[in-house]
Order: sequence, then structure tokens, then C-alpha cells
Amino acid sequence: MRRILLAPFMVLFLALAAPGLIGGALAQPAAGARGAISAEELELQRMLQGGRIEGRTTLPDAQSEVLIQPAGKAWRDFHNVTLAWVGGIAVGGMLLILIAFYLGRGKIMVEGGLSGRTIQRFNLLERANHWMVATCFIILGLTGLNLTFGRHLLLPIVGPEAFTAISLYGKILHNFLAFPFTLGIVLMLLLWVKDNIPNGRDIEWFKQGGGLIGKGHPKAGRFNAGQKMVFWITTLGGAAVAVSGYLLIFPFWGEFGVAEMQLAHIVHSIISVLMIAAMLAHIYIGSIGMQGAFDAMGTGQVDLNWAKEHHSLWVEEQQKREAAAPRGAQPAE
Amino acid sequence: MARMKFLCDADRCIECNACVTACKNEHEVPWGINRRRVVTINDGRPGERSISMACMHCTDAPCAAVCPVSCFYTTADAIVLHDKDLCIGCGYCFYACPFGAPQYPRVGNFGGRGKMDKCTYCAGGPQQDNTLVEYTQYGANRIAEGKLPLCAEMCSTKALLAGDGEMIATIYRERVQRRGYGSGAWGWRTAYRTTVNA
Repeated sequence: MRRILLAPFMVLFLALAAPGLIGGALAQPAAGARGAISAEELELQRMLQGGRIEGRTTLPDAQSEVLIQPAGKAWRDFHNVTLAWVGGIAVGGMLLILIAFYLGRGKIMVEGGLSGRTIQRFNLLERANHWMVATCFIILGLTGLNLTFGRHLLLPIVGPEAFTAISLYGKILHNFLAFPFTLGIVLMLLLWVKDNIPNGRDIEWFKQGGGLIGKGHPKAGRFNAGQKMVFWITTLGGAAVAVSGYLLIFPFWGEFGVAEMQLAHIVHSIISVLMIAAMLAHIYIGSIGMQGAFDAMGTGQVDLNWAKEHHSLWVEEQQKREAAAPRGAQPAE
Repeated sequence: MARMKFLCDADRCIECNACVTACKNEHEVPWGINRRRVVTINDGRPGERSISMACMHCTDAPCAAVCPVSCFYTTADAIVLHDKDLCIGCGYCFYACPFGAPQYPRVGNFGGRGKMDKCTYCAGGPQQDNTLVEYTQYGANRIAEGKLPLCAEMCSTKALLAGDGEMIATIYRERVQRRGYGSGAWGWRTAYRTTVNA
């Protein structure tokens, strides 16, 4: 008796709630029958939980299968807000710090005065490679910054046509200079890595403020802790920027989709602006910030007193080696 | 002025790809570029729907927001267009676009993608209306002739609606009320921050 009473309810339940279980035969042309699916719900869910709405297309293009990717909004916020602020503060802030430093402390002079005698610090290969990387970096940096900030800073001044020409050739330069830059970074690593292994003296150097902020000159080998930092920022940062950059040059390479491209851009741009800030400090101390420093990468010959103050251990080592070597093996002066 | 929108009634779309073909033919869109495409979700499973998707001509368009050279502009009909003479082919609009609308003639060829191409809502570009130079760069300008986009005009089941947002939303609401179901207006929440409730 009870079974008979329940039967109509069972049929109703099956028809409404489980059309998939009993096939389409029983299904009524109700909302649920065609498989309940809501554009609004799907979009909201993907937006809140991440992910995207994907399907199948007849086009031989994997990118076309993504119907809606809410991550584009997050990337837009990164590009327009996060990157603009991080880049603006890092690059602009570093410029302000350097100006303040120059006005406050002024040019750091060689305390003992110039001796007039020089010692070879970098050979031709080291200098040529340094300047290849430096030239590439400056152009890559400026053209890169132009993509993020040019629209706000340069476009109102030069007008849309000229700005497009600058940005277009800038983009081409940016893409092609990536190759000599990467080559230079690899060479730099091979040339200088043996002198840039961190050691106990670096901690002491930092404790004393590196002779830059503090007084006096902590002992240092061929490279002091500050220079080692520049080296590792250049090589490790350069490697990260190169890898992410090549993914951007060769878009959608292999299995990479739009999410990977967005990630590559985020990594590339954030590391780049931080590297630009670091290199501004490097350029400052290597040029107007310190007497005698530019010669190291200019002529390759640095003043002996400068070398003794900043790289005492290296000078001792060089002089020991010089004394041991036959006279003819000395570099020409 | 109207606020032009697209609305794809996924319960009517039969994935015939006539909209895609009509678009390619009308604008002589080159190989490898698809201003419009049909995506089928849940293919072969319950809840399968096909949605014809192109540029949705968003309110507060993400492409325009991220463009490094500011080559986008919005017409009085709220159609999002861009100037190919200013585009540098950086690809940023594709990263920001929720709908994958921007297309590039030379994707994968390193160093340059070429000028971005996308659905113009059959409204051409910044060049003089219905000139050869406009047609070569952007395709036909049907809007200037008082016509609606050809994809929607061609749609055999009238799944794809184009026109003023209020008008096509009303048509869609009436349909949903009459037949008793509807999966909603795809992309509207994302593009226009509104939804069509029947």
C-alpha cells in the first residue's frame, strides 16, 4: 500500500533530479532536462575561484578554445597598478636616493690622493663584455620602461605617431638585443664567478657599511661584497629576465597558453624594474659617485691608491704574483 | 546613441559556424585570423552549449586599459575600435582580453606579431568610412551603411543577436520566458557587468 502511494513521487523525482541516470527517454522539456547550465553562474564562479571557461573549437589554434579567461583582469591590474607602482617606486625612488646621496656625501674621493701609478684591473675581454652587456641593458631597460610608462610620460609630449614609431623600433631593439645581452651574461658569469663566491669577509664589509655609508675601508678581494651583489643581481636576475623574455618573444611556445604568457610577463617586468633600480646605483658609484672607479672599466687601469683602499687583498695578491713572475710577463703600462 | 552589444543565445546556437564564415568573407580576413569563433563547452556531455564569441566591445575595455600606445578608442555607439597605424603588435591586449578576441597575423614569428586585428562590429576603423584603405585595414563598414554586423544577420537560428543592448536583451528575455529555459547571456557579466535575467 505504501509502495503504491510513493510510486508517483518516485517517478517525479527521477524525472526532475536524475535525467542522466535513466537516459533521455523520460526527460521532460524542462529547465533541468537540457543540463542546467548558467552563463552567469559559470562566469562568476570562474572569476571568484580562478580558472576559465574552456571548450572545443574547429580551429587549429589552442588559444581559441578558451571562451572566457577572468585572469585577464588580474593581469590588467598587475600591469596598470602593481607594476606601475613597484616600477615607479623602485626606479624613481632609487634616482631620488642617489641624488640625495650625492648632495649629502658628495663624490667619494681617494683618501690618500691619486698616486699616479696604476694597476691593471680588467682586461680587454672583460671590459668589452661589460660594455656589451651595459649597452644592451640600457637600451633594453629604456625600451622596456617605455612599454609601461611611455604612454603616460612620453606620449603626451611627442604625440601618437612619433610615440608609435619610438615604441615600434624600441620593441624590435628590445627583442633583438636580448640575444647579445644573454650571451654577455653567460660570458660574465664565466669570467667573474670565481671572484664572486661569497665569503666571511663580505659580512664584515656589510657591517662596516662598505666604505660607502660608513667610514674607513673594509678589506676586500678582487670584488667587495657590494660588487658581488651587483654580480649576482646581474647574472641571476639576467637569467630570469632572459628566460621569461624568450617566452614572451616566442609567444605560446609549445604547450604554453595565455596564463603562462601572463606569468612570464609578470616575472619579466618585476625583476626588470628591480634590476634597473640596482643598476642605477651601480652606474652612479662607477661614474660620478666615486673618484677613480670609472677607470676600472674605462682604460682598465686603476690608480694604485684607489685599488689599495677598495681592494686591499686583491692588490697584495697582484703584487705578490707580479714579484714572482718574470719581468717580461707584466702588462705594458 | 545606442549601446551596441552582442548576445549569443547558446540554447539556439547549432555550431554551424556560419557567423565565422560570414565574418571571414565579408572582411576578407586573412589566414590564421579569426575575428569570431564558436566554442563548444561540455562537448558530448549533458549541458553542451555552443557559444559564438568575438570581441564583446566591453564597457571599460581591458585591451584599451593595457595598450602601451593607447591605440584603442570607443565610438559613440560604444564599439571598441583600434588604430592599426598606431598598434605596435606587442600582444598585451590578448593577455588582458577575457574573450581571446585580439588576433595577430604573424603569431610565433619572433620579433613581431604584426598589427593586431579583431572584430570591429562591422564598423571599420579610424579611416574615412567605406574607403579602400579602410576596407584593406579593417574590413567592411556596415555600421556606416546603417546595417548591423553580418555574423548576426547571417545566423540561421538567430542565436547570435547584435544591436542595442537593451533591445537584444528584451528579445532574449521574451524567448526565455516563452520556452522556459535559457543559459543566460554569455560574457555579459564579464564584458558589461550586467546580466540578463528572464
